[in-house]
Amino acid sequence: MKGLRSMRTGPTTAMTSSGRARSMKEQVFSKSDWLKRLRALAGSTRIYVPVKEPEFHVFRILGEGVEPDFDYRNTRLSPKAIIYPSSERLFECSLDEKDPACNIFKDVDKDRTPLAIVGIRPCDAHGFGIVQRNFDNPEYKDPWWVSRFESCTLIGLGCSSPGSTCFCSSVGGGPFSEKLLDVLLWDLGDQFMARAVTQKGETFLAQAGGGAEADQVAKKKAEEVEKSAAKRLGRTISADRIRGKKINDLFNADFWEDVAFGCINCGTCTYLCPTCWCFDIQDEVFGKTGDRIRNWDSCMFPLFTLHGSGHNPRDKKVQRLRQRFMHKLKYYQDKYNAGVQCSGCGRCVQHCPVNIDIREVADRMNNV
Amino acid sequence: MERYTEEIRKRAGNLLKEGKVDLFIGYAGGSVPMMNRPILVRRPEEAELLQWDSFCGLNLANYLTGCKERIGVIANGCNSRNIVNHIVENQVKREQVYILGVPCTGMIDRRLVSSAVGGKDILSVSEENGTVTVETAGSKEQLNKGDLLQQNCRICTHRNPVIQDEMIGDPVEEQKGLEPFADVSEIEAMAPGERWEHFSRLVSNCIRCYACRNACPLCYCPTCFVDDSRPQWVGKGSDPVDTMTFHLMRAYHCAGRCTDCGACERVCPVGIPLRQFTRRLNRDAWKLFAWEAGMKLDERPPLDAYRPDDCNDFFR
Repeated sequence: MKGLRSMRTGPTTAMTSSGRARSMKEQVFSKSDWLKRLRALAGSTRIYVPVKEPEFHVFRILGEGVEPDFDYRNTRLSPKAIIYPSSERLFECSLDEKDPACNIFKDVDKDRTPLAIVGIRPCDAHGFGIVQRNFDNPEYKDPWWVSRFESCTLIGLGCSSPGSTCFCSSVGGGPFSEKLLDVLLWDLGDQFMARAVTQKGETFLAQAGGGAEADQVAKKKAEEVEKSAAKRLGRTISADRIRGKKINDLFNADFWEDVAFGCINCGTCTYLCPTCWCFDIQDEVFGKTGDRIRNWDSCMFPLFTLHGSGHNPRDKKVQRLRQRFMHKLKYYQDKYNAGVQCSGCGRCVQHCPVNIDIREVADRMNNV
Repeated sequence: MERYTEEIRKRAGNLLKEGKVDLFIGYAGGSVPMMNRPILVRRPEEAELLQWDSFCGLNLANYLTGCKERIGVIANGCNSRNIVNHIVENQVKREQVYILGVPCTGMIDRRLVSSAVGGKDILSVSEENGTVTVETAGSKEQLNKGDLLQQNCRICTHRNPVIQDEMIGDPVEEQKGLEPFADVSEIEAMAPGERWEHFSRLVSNCIRCYACRNACPLCYCPTCFVDDSRPQWVGKGSDPVDTMTFHLMRAYHCAGRCTDCGACERVCPVGIPLRQFTRRLNRDAWKLFAWEAGMKLDERPPLDAYRPDDCNDFFR
């Protein structure tokens, strides 16, 4: 954990035992004014907001004609792609033999436009913290992920009414958790109450301007919203005993075949997940240029582990499914000692076409 | 629909008890509303888990591919037609499967339920005699099942199994007087450029998760062309050209084989109406060869057989 938040300038006030910044000056913004101010900022910062499209919500860049909808549960796809696109060009080279630099890969310019994700849910912000362990750690710093994340401000919107498949509070988060956030917003009806959690967040709010100091009425209201949200959280998961179990006992448990029967080995769970980070590198040629591209990959796909020799150590779907849950709930815990690789957003629970439910699998692993 | 559950449990349990089948494949209730899961039943007492209702839209033929055991399986019209496909295409033997036929009055599209309640978080859904009761936080709404059907079920003319060893319940009346390809005509009426735009828009949200392909009982190739790496036919990233290539090639590979079961649409996590890619091909099969996939055990599919009366000159 140490160093993980190093890029985030620390909180501006002391933390209470619950990890919450104390006595921070909360501000209130009228919703219509807030939107106007976001639009004004959108000239210098690329601001992502939740937008309702016919079927579901997605994060889009705030621009002309883009109407944010902050009255939403969550986006269908997690916002991880804003920092870690599903396909990203890393290097390029010329394939023109007359070019002296032919076949020599060069860095593609990194985009350092300041970003802000406004309205991100605390679970998805927590998701960035999990993905960060892979892309930004003492051993490796992924320049593409790190530069984009550093330039991003996370303006979280607390969940007043968590969904029935949400379980953030049992995996180290919460509907109003400040983890990884720069600002946390409370929806108070016609107002947002905002608390800057980091210096970066304070700067963002100052740039936006127009906030008035929150009075006791607003604070009281926010407290009530928070309390009622906590009550609405549905099922919890328990993974606390998994860490103490032997890998082999879990690996050889008899329930995997059962869980895997229905699995169609699609990438829905991994691609909707805010915490799955695996990728594949591909070279592609277009005319006289070559690109080296990083694409999301999924441990559900047979190709994920196919060796050059033709051997595939995970050629059965049960092996692939087991890998996904073992990684999230066991290997990750063992390696980082920081909980599970899941932020409890519930997307996979809701959208797995064959209803494989991570909450049930965690229970089964916990009870091996 | 729901009233067949008891009978299915009883019959599946007996088949296992009597040793007529080694395994039984059916649906069980899921952990979230409207999401049943396919299950494999091995012991008679586990048959109690089986369930039949309007959320059994995944095609079970998908789970028969390559099975060596004797398998009992629940089959409505779609499942049975894909089982026929599987037998004709040598993916499973007729004598291996014991088909417990069940009439179907259509599957419910959970997206329609969700929009009918204004996108509210759905806590439970139950159905009785065509009335669907949806419970959300703070409300209970009654909806008409007929308004919530999957698109393919609205135009379905094979609600009863076309092949079975035993029926649960009496066959239901088949829908008549429908215009089955009105959707195709609409797309056909577009100018070519407009049509290309239309299909490009359809797949613009595609995340290449391959849920459509993997839920499709026709897609049993050991290695799909998109997964080939030597040679690599298609780029694996999110380039629109590659995404479109995947969808078009997959659709063509289903020509004359697609039963319009709707599994592809049902599973798509981003709501792509994937049937729009296969519907025209289904109509061609019908118009040119008077062919509906999965109806006959003793006839080869049109694109896999030579016929002297073929509709194409070059073929004769």
